[in-house]
Amino acid sequence: MEKKLFKSTKSRYILNILAIALVFAVIALLIEGKVLNRYQANLLIPVCYNIILVVSLNLAAGFLGQLPLGHAGFMAVGAYTAAIFTKAVDLPGPLEFVIAIVLAALMAGLFGVLIGLPALRLRGDYLAIITLGFGEIIRVIIVNLSITGGAFGLSGIQGHTNYIWAFVVMVISVYIVVTLIRSRHGRAILSIRENEIAAESCGIHTTYYKTLGFAVAAALAGVAGALYAHYLKILDPSTFGFMKSCELLVMVVLGGMGSVIGSVISATGLTLLPELLRGFDDYRMIVYSLLLIIVMIFKPSGLMGTYDFSLGGTMDSFFAKIRSLFKRKEAKNK
Amino acid sequence: MKTHTKMVPVPSQGIIPERDLDKSPVLEIVRLGIDFGGLTAVEDFSLIIGRTEIAGLIGPNGAGKTTVFNLLTNVYEPTRGTILLNGRNTRGLKTYQLNKMGIARTFQNIRLFKDLTVLDNVKIALHNEMDYSAVEAVLRLPSYWRAERISTERAMELLSVLGMQDMAGSIAGSLPYGAQRRLEIVRALATNPSILLLDEPAAGMNPSETAELMENIRKIRDVFNIAILLIEHDMNLVMGVCEGIAVLNYGRIIAKGTPEEIQNNPTVIEAYLGHSGGEQA
Ligand SMILES: Nc1ncnc2c1ncn2[C@@H]1O[C@H](COP(=O)(O)OP(=O)(O)OP(=O)(O)O)[C@@H](O)[C@H]1O
Ligand SMILES: [Mg+2]
Repeated sequence: MEKKLFKSTKSRYILNILAIALVFAVIALLIEGKVLNRYQANLLIPVCYNIILVVSLNLAAGFLGQLPLGHAGFMAVGAYTAAIFTKAVDLPGPLEFVIAIVLAALMAGLFGVLIGLPALRLRGDYLAIITLGFGEIIRVIIVNLSITGGAFGLSGIQGHTNYIWAFVVMVISVYIVVTLIRSRHGRAILSIRENEIAAESCGIHTTYYKTLGFAVAAALAGVAGALYAHYLKILDPSTFGFMKSCELLVMVVLGGMGSVIGSVISATGLTLLPELLRGFDDYRMIVYSLLLIIVMIFKPSGLMGTYDFSLGGTMDSFFAKIRSLFKRKEAKNK
Repeated sequence: MKTHTKMVPVPSQGIIPERDLDKSPVLEIVRLGIDFGGLTAVEDFSLIIGRTEIAGLIGPNGAGKTTVFNLLTNVYEPTRGTILLNGRNTRGLKTYQLNKMGIARTFQNIRLFKDLTVLDNVKIALHNEMDYSAVEAVLRLPSYWRAERISTERAMELLSVLGMQDMAGSIAGSLPYGAQRRLEIVRALATNPSILLLDEPAAGMNPSETAELMENIRKIRDVFNIAILLIEHDMNLVMGVCEGIAVLNYGRIIAKGTPEEIQNNPTVIEAYLGHSGGEQA
């Protein structure tokens, strides 16, 4: 048996925490040391909230196996909830923002349950239709309410979101998805994707777990919305339309249905790409379509398939290779 | 309710658990029937299965055997009749609730979680044996680690009953056919049932695999002390392991009895000969 350095799952968690801390330290150094200019530093924020959106959508699409077409609607619910709250109260900044994020999650999650439950009680693709309708309805509602600022949008939102908030909230969100998937609840969610009738026969309350998975995805979209609102400081209802939901779904598919790391990579890549290529916005949908076609031809399961990167596992195989190299040398020397 | 001995010992430990010693039936089916639109697929189906009995359900293709399983697990809701599981009426209960109450099954056309590992297939079935909440899971509290460790050990024990412990890390869908069928049985057993329904467990198996399966069916009954109701076309298997047999034809039971009685029953012989003649036509 090969000796494994990171055999225990717990030591792998510690390893992952260290790696994330390292990434954050590097980013902080680059930004605080003015290596990145303000514009570049600010790019980190959309990267983070898009990662949350894509990973959470992947929970519902890739892991639960449903087809939600209104993810941007839940983002809108979170964004408006958080923004209306922070505009209304006058608490110390961080406290206010934490409460706003939690409220955004709760409200979007509640909408997730209300939208999901009727569709998810049935077997089949009813969720696609209902969420498609929801995405449009929520926009119409926002446009017609006065508290949301109507069609003019909501402005004067405080700029609470900086790169530290964005990064920390993103890490927590992704952590929630990853740990949830690797639990009995996550396995129940996966079993529904794999075979709903078999899952039922194994004692899984499928309606409950479908609703749970969908509501968590919605809640996290709400969290992303809260970050978004306090980054842009102005909300325009038309940005949460069907196109945004589609874009998110494209990112999920490109990264790989059921791969968290794939979602992180594709969300990062497709958020930075437009910024790197000037005038990209005009061709956004064309590029997405092309990317999608290319991926479907060469790797239909998406960039990462269902593969999920494990730092501990990779380091183990890396060390194993080095050890075997040394052994070969020793054998030669003898 | 389920008679929970949380850990049913497995052969490696060499203990036969003292499950229920009372001789009351585990399953009582009274005049069960279902209509699909105009078609009556099962009618007047009555059967009693003893607590540790191995029973067989046979009949020509399309007789309604799988439909009976789907009625027992409420995949289809019965139009008529009563099902008592451990003395409790199951009417209105969902499939997952019936599983919690003690009915587990396999499927004629294999239904594994085929992109997941063998171990995860079994651990999904151990879902209700674990009790940590989603919050405990996300916070990775000790209750999570403990339940996960115990259920992994339990899953490995269960896999070893059918000699599958070395395949734990394989993807279920990549297993050879026979192993997939065995995994379905292990998965069903993991839900700690009081009765196990097997739908054509020997389908697609060669004679040596079938012989092994017969051994395994007896072993499962003896080790887990449960009742088994199996649908099977392989008469050697049915006659070899079943203590009682019911014969279904056009949705109705045409004979019940011991293997000897069934083999010598003229109505049964007629039904089989008549049907196989019809199939060639
Ligand atoms: N959902 C359904 N809707 C309509 N008819 C059905 C349905 N399920 C089963 N049937 C019909 O009920 C009858 C019994 O089917 P069933 O699958 O129970 O047969 P079986 O005895 O298991 O046959 P086999 O040995 O081929 O598996 C068939 O005529 C079938 O067409
Ligand atoms: Mg059948």
